[in-house]
Amino acid sequence: MSSLVIRDLSKSFGNVEVLRNINLEARTGEFIALVGPSGCGKSTLLAMLAGLESVGQGEIEIGGRVVNRVPPKDRDIAMVFQSYALYPTMTVRENITFGMESRGVPKAAQADALARVAALLQIGDLLERKPFQLSGGQRQRVAMGRALVRDPALFLFDEPLSNLDAKLRVEMRTEIKKLHQRVAKTTIYVTHDQVEAMTLAARVAVLHKGVLQQFAPPRAVYDRPANMFVAGFMGSPSMNFLPAEIVDDAGRLMIALAGDSAVARLPLTRAAGGAGKRIVLGIRPENLVRARGAAGAGTGQLDAVTEVVEPTGAETMVVLRVAGREVIARFEPDDSPGVGEVVRLAVDMNKACLFDPDTQALVA
Amino acid sequence: MAEAVVGFDPLSTASTSQRRRALYLIYGLLTLFALCYLLPLAVIVLNSFRDMSEISRAGLIGLPHSFSLDHWGQAWSRHCINGACKGIAPFFRNSLKMAIPATLISTALGAINGYVLAQWRFRGSETIFAFITLGVFLPGQIALLPWAFVLGTLGLTNTIAGLVLVHCIQGLSFTTLFCRNYYVSIPDTLIKAARIDGAGFWRIFRRIVLPLSPPILIVTVIWQFTGIWNEFLFGVVFSSGSGQPVTAALIALTAGAVSVRQYNVESAAVLIGALPPLLIYLFGGRFFMRGLTQGAIK
Repeated sequence: MSSLVIRDLSKSFGNVEVLRNINLEARTGEFIALVGPSGCGKSTLLAMLAGLESVGQGEIEIGGRVVNRVPPKDRDIAMVFQSYALYPTMTVRENITFGMESRGVPKAAQADALARVAALLQIGDLLERKPFQLSGGQRQRVAMGRALVRDPALFLFDEPLSNLDAKLRVEMRTEIKKLHQRVAKTTIYVTHDQVEAMTLAARVAVLHKGVLQQFAPPRAVYDRPANMFVAGFMGSPSMNFLPAEIVDDAGRLMIALAGDSAVARLPLTRAAGGAGKRIVLGIRPENLVRARGAAGAGTGQLDAVTEVVEPTGAETMVVLRVAGREVIARFEPDDSPGVGEVVRLAVDMNKACLFDPDTQALVA
Repeated sequence: MAEAVVGFDPLSTASTSQRRRALYLIYGLLTLFALCYLLPLAVIVLNSFRDMSEISRAGLIGLPHSFSLDHWGQAWSRHCINGACKGIAPFFRNSLKMAIPATLISTALGAINGYVLAQWRFRGSETIFAFITLGVFLPGQIALLPWAFVLGTLGLTNTIAGLVLVHCIQGLSFTTLFCRNYYVSIPDTLIKAARIDGAGFWRIFRRIVLPLSPPILIVTVIWQFTGIWNEFLFGVVFSSGSGQPVTAALIALTAGAVSVRQYNVESAAVLIGALPPLLIYLFGGRFFMRGLTQGAIK
């Protein structure tokens, strides 16, 4: 059973096409993250789900009902805004009960719902305060309380954590995850932060330039990105891209990095085409490690010169030069090379991605 | 919230004697200008307490040798204006009956206009806003003939209701401009959140926009009330006799004097006529300045 279905959704503002042929569906209780860089159309998509933006072409179905022309209040949704959008002149209590008041819910039922939400979010002692008397994290909780009290079919979150400082953001992220595990409501969560998307969502929808690039569980998006955009966007530091060519090496197909014939060749572990085909090799920083002994099956080795060393504490990012290009590798702090040192890197080719240099799509 | 103004002292590097001289100069000049500005008021106030015999002997400008509140009483309730000897009290009441409803109605309409134009934009709303604010720049004299026609057609000539109508419409441009420019600073996510919460046009206005409005409503009320109270042209053209507002009656008071001008009574009458806007400004002035410089939410 799906509580949200989006079919062939498109939207233009004047001549600018902001969304093109979006198809998505969320199962009941599922947590979906819409992620992409700013201007990718994710917030417009959310506004269309909420009914704040009209639908161009296509269909939006919430709880089995097409809602293209249904006003926001009748869509059975609740939304948490980036700026929280708490009503500034109302107390926390009034902020949370305003929706029920507007819908004519009896006072007793309002009080029950308020008590339930206040207990869930631990905001019972804030009820008589005004929003300006709350900290950022508390405002965030109240904004979620205002959404939760409705018990809607669909929750919409519009970058709810981006106004918080880094530490609080991580805490609230965990809280949102806990909360979702407890209330198990279908949730659409818009963010530009790929870490938030990865950590929270059951499935991640990556948007770029109004087009849905990939819609899959986080691990699949991370390990097998549909194209170079997704590969580069998800993960920090980004995936390393190296132009390469498939070559025939004494009857075996190998990958030769472009621009340097002296570099050792890497084994081809997936069918990606015949000799002479140009490809882009994508390797995550954690799949480049210091080589120990000879290369095993499915592993290649590369010599690289250390250029920059960036310790982050738990791990050390090292910028190295391979075949005339910069790559980033992730080292244990104890094991990190010094600047200028030549390191032999082992490449786990089973985890590498091969992209078509023209279409940028994943080949293998 | 308003930022604390950090004092800038251009003489901070000057010597102590230079600074002292500069201060004397500045305050000396300011006092001079203030005196020039306040002198006519002082003359009127003093004359309102002086006897007629003293004024005719010593001239209009002079300190009172006698002191009497009698002329205030005469101006208020006994002086003969437009043939009736009831003072300016009836005309004062006319002005109240005109200014209070006209202020409230034009402010309310301006608030609703501003709310629509700022938060419920529609195709052409910017054009409509431009047309409404055009009224700010049109001199009232342009509207005299059209109003004469309209009031005549509606049968409202020489009525307080007619003047209320005129001032409501004439004031709409200002109140709409003020309110709209204030309301655009209300984040539209508030309105969106309220729409998702199930609130409609009026509930959002009443529960979210109005509670944020006191600063701008105080500004429009002060602006409208002083403007309408002090207005003379429409008052003198569209009313006559006992139906005149106080500004028009003050002219009748001076023009209708048969023999000797009673400067003390006229002075008292002018001061009484000027009192309401003065009081409003004294009590509301702080809010007026604050409202003009402050956005809706920060």
